[in-house]
Amino acid sequence: DELCFEFGLELDEITSEREIISKEQGDSKASDASDVILYKIDVPANRYDLLCLEGLVRGLQVFKNKLEAPRYRRLSPDSGESQRLIITKETAAVRPHAVAAVLRNITFTQERYDSFIELQEKLHQNICRSRSLVAIGTHDLDTISGPFTYTAKAPGDICFRPLNQTKEYTATQLMSLYKTDSHLRHYLPIIEDKPVYPVIYDSNDIVLSMPPIINGDHSKISLKTKNVFIECTATDLTKAKIVLDMIVTMFSEYCAQPFTVEQAEVVYPDGKTCIYPELAYRKEKLSGEFINKKVGIRESTERIAQLLTRMCLLSQPTGVGDEIEVEIPPTRPDVIHACDIMEDAAIAYGFNNITRTTPHTYTVANQFPLNKLTELLRQDLAAAGFTEALNFALCSQEDIADKLGKKISETRAIHISNPKTAEFQVARTTLLPGLLKTIAANRKMPLPLKLFEISDVVLKDESKDSTFFPGRCAEIFVRGTSVGRLGVLHPDVIGRFELTMPCSALEMDLEPFL
Amino acid sequence: MADTGVVETFLQRIEKVDGGADSQEVAASLGVDHQVIVGAVKSLQTLGDVISAELRSSKHWELTEEGTEIAEQGSHEARVFNSIPLEGLPQAELMKLSFGKIGFSKAMSNKWIRVDKSHDGGPRIFRTVESIHDQVREKLLLAKRGDAARLDEKEKNELKKRKLLAEVTVKSYWITKGNSFSTTVTKQETELTPEMIASGSWKEKKFKPYNFEAMGVAPDCGHLHPLMKVRTQFRQIFLEMGFSEMPTNNFIESSFWNFDSLFQPQQHPARDQHDTFFLSDPSLAHHFPMDYLERVKKVHSEGGYGSQGYKYDWKMEEAQKNILRTHTTAVSARMLYKLAQQEKFTPVKYFSIDRVFRNETLDATHLAEFHQIEGVVADYGLTLGDLMGVLHQFFTKLGITKLRFKPAYNPYTEPSMEVFSYHEGLKKWVEVGNSGVFRPEMLLPMGLPEDVSVIAWGLSLERPTMIKYGINNIRELVGHKVNLQMVYDSPICRLDS
Repeated sequence: DELCFEFGLELDEITSEREIISKEQGDSKASDASDVILYKIDVPANRYDLLCLEGLVRGLQVFKNKLEAPRYRRLSPDSGESQRLIITKETAAVRPHAVAAVLRNITFTQERYDSFIELQEKLHQNICRSRSLVAIGTHDLDTISGPFTYTAKAPGDICFRPLNQTKEYTATQLMSLYKTDSHLRHYLPIIEDKPVYPVIYDSNDIVLSMPPIINGDHSKISLKTKNVFIECTATDLTKAKIVLDMIVTMFSEYCAQPFTVEQAEVVYPDGKTCIYPELAYRKEKLSGEFINKKVGIRESTERIAQLLTRMCLLSQPTGVGDEIEVEIPPTRPDVIHACDIMEDAAIAYGFNNITRTTPHTYTVANQFPLNKLTELLRQDLAAAGFTEALNFALCSQEDIADKLGKKISETRAIHISNPKTAEFQVARTTLLPGLLKTIAANRKMPLPLKLFEISDVVLKDESKDSTFFPGRCAEIFVRGTSVGRLGVLHPDVIGRFELTMPCSALEMDLEPFL
Repeated sequence: MADTGVVETFLQRIEKVDGGADSQEVAASLGVDHQVIVGAVKSLQTLGDVISAELRSSKHWELTEEGTEIAEQGSHEARVFNSIPLEGLPQAELMKLSFGKIGFSKAMSNKWIRVDKSHDGGPRIFRTVESIHDQVREKLLLAKRGDAARLDEKEKNELKKRKLLAEVTVKSYWITKGNSFSTTVTKQETELTPEMIASGSWKEKKFKPYNFEAMGVAPDCGHLHPLMKVRTQFRQIFLEMGFSEMPTNNFIESSFWNFDSLFQPQQHPARDQHDTFFLSDPSLAHHFPMDYLERVKKVHSEGGYGSQGYKYDWKMEEAQKNILRTHTTAVSARMLYKLAQQEKFTPVKYFSIDRVFRNETLDATHLAEFHQIEGVVADYGLTLGDLMGVLHQFFTKLGITKLRFKPAYNPYTEPSMEVFSYHEGLKKWVEVGNSGVFRPEMLLPMGLPEDVSVIAWGLSLERPTMIKYGINNIRELVGHKVNLQMVYDSPICRLDS
């Protein structure tokens, strides 16, 4: 718990498989389940390197000085020729980018395999924004042969046997087939309405995958797989590169040559080629003073370099004054500015070890005039015997129009485009419906009920009154300006809020009084 | 007050008794209804310690109406027997008698009579024995006399089943003399009146003691809403610390100020339909400081100011989308931009407490609308240690002195810290707020000097209110379904105790 707190992780729950099943299905079903302790840990949303057990453990061990951060290397293939992924121009219409890499001589166990699949899913949900920005495909290289072609074709022209199916389907058929699949149906809209769907073939026309929906069954990975071909197709190239780097850095640990990745070549429609994965190590120089000043500590340059190295940011004093050269590894795409480095130094130092100080900022405070006036009026309204209500700013169209005897087009209301229910259709243009609904919900309270509310309403711009009983209402003028209205509510209005007693109301705009 | 005559007679009776007396007995001996005695007891009780009355209940058996009838006239079966002459009686005729039906089956089972079905003129009933013993009547007579105890349980239950006997609970009081016992009843005054003061007659009068068990009448008054009371206190705390209030009277904000100016990328999940309320009308905002907007666009898509940027295609249409603000940090951004336009930079401390909107799943502690409290300090050379110091000062005013800080992530602050305080009751650390130092990618495009740091923190208003006022479901605090009684009853808000 302490370690998680220090590092910035949240230890959500300590449980076991048995406990989980017990809670969900009852003790009897749990009797065969594992008692192994499970830790549920929440990681920060921008740390993709902590999304799998391999990365998390690696990060914590370096943090605790138990391990040196590994160096990830991209190698060219022993045999000379890299695997090639050729992108055709048709993809531009639907999913233009792709990157690829190879994990050579890898050894999977059941656990490693599960972790591998799980990381892909987590990345899909997180940085890939539910596969809309990037989709990952991993394949058993020994079942396919390059060069691979990434193209886009009309749905009727794509036909293959998808993962875990026994027969072949066209893409059109797959769209219907997966409509009822609880997992895959969410991804169908990404390509459904496009004229062409993305698809990757090998040199023998075997379909590797139809991103972002499903991989082919032919090239699926098993525990026996030794060589993995990874492809990421995307609408955002930067993210595709990050995702690829993440997968290979995390799992290259299990290759015969640990932490090495075999390169792959991607050929663009215009003939340009790119080698992936990038696995870039970026260098940044900053001063020890910068860190000390921003954090509020006084550490030596060497010490700071050590702190950063513990965060997987390998650092060395350069010898020029208090300058430090920091190397940002490919596992840390979240570090984009010196301030990210500074935060890591502070984490390694320990937030709770920093001496707290008081800034000597001298300021004279001012109240916002509208709020100042509101506070004074609230007090006096309560002293006058009224009770304060607190109502929602969002309500239904009916509340501010029909029920008040108006047409919605007459109100100056703003409309919400994605309301989950009718209660979120518009923002209130008047405080009246809220008060009347409060009274209606408190019918059983003894009379008289005297309520008030002083709060914001939302008006679009420009606007007269079927809300009041004829002959029993008035507009309020102050120095020639209309500031509001008061009167006895029309019986129809009273009825629409399910009330029975006569009601008088007053509503005024405060802003002219400032 | 009960009839003084009865009361005095009653008191005299009690005086004569050693020990105590049962109210039922007293009622019987005085020849009055028990309720009259109960009334006397109750009015004596209001005078103080004149008598002490202990409520007792006893059960005894009483005859029902039907039971009384049988006790007088004999059981149905006995009457059947007695109505059959030596030559017998046609069954049809017997059934015409009021006690016929019930009495017939009972008499048959007692074997007191028999039926000759084949007799001329229809079935005829004859006596089988010479005489009978009406046991049922005897038992009922016993009970009537008050000797029900002589019957065993089985007999009593049998009669109870036949609805002839019923068990009745009788409440009575056991009366004994109290400490201030007297046989005279003096009238007690309830109020001190102006006449008594003027005439001095109060000196001779006895005054009825207050009943502290009774609720008083609540005075007619107005009430402030508890959430707003807490808001007032927080406002006070900020003003005491020298923080100026930001103008937050705009629920609608453009995505540009709410997200983009805060360096929150356009693909960030918080900008989803699922989390944010977008407007359909008016859907887009059009007025922006264009040169600033260009700098924001650049830092997102290409980087700059020492940053790599996010390297994606920044779209104008996305920034123009109008939304209901998801945080008041949007206002802080506007204020900081305004500050940066000044000729010369001056340090500032700002705060705001106002409503924000999230389109998330609702549950017991989450609503679509809630209030955010935010504090901002902008000055040269502020450090993370300074942020901790300000937080410590702020939370001390809430009575919270033990704080711990945990690294966290916000798109617009780096470093970011979650603030935890130790809850004595739960015996664990609970999160009380979020804080951080704004990123240079946010501040530098605005034009703020490079060595100016801006620290900020925030928390929700609803959470401390719910804790302070012991409310578990946020719907009981905010909205029209709130029970007004809760508002009437909510005590003053003292945050530091």
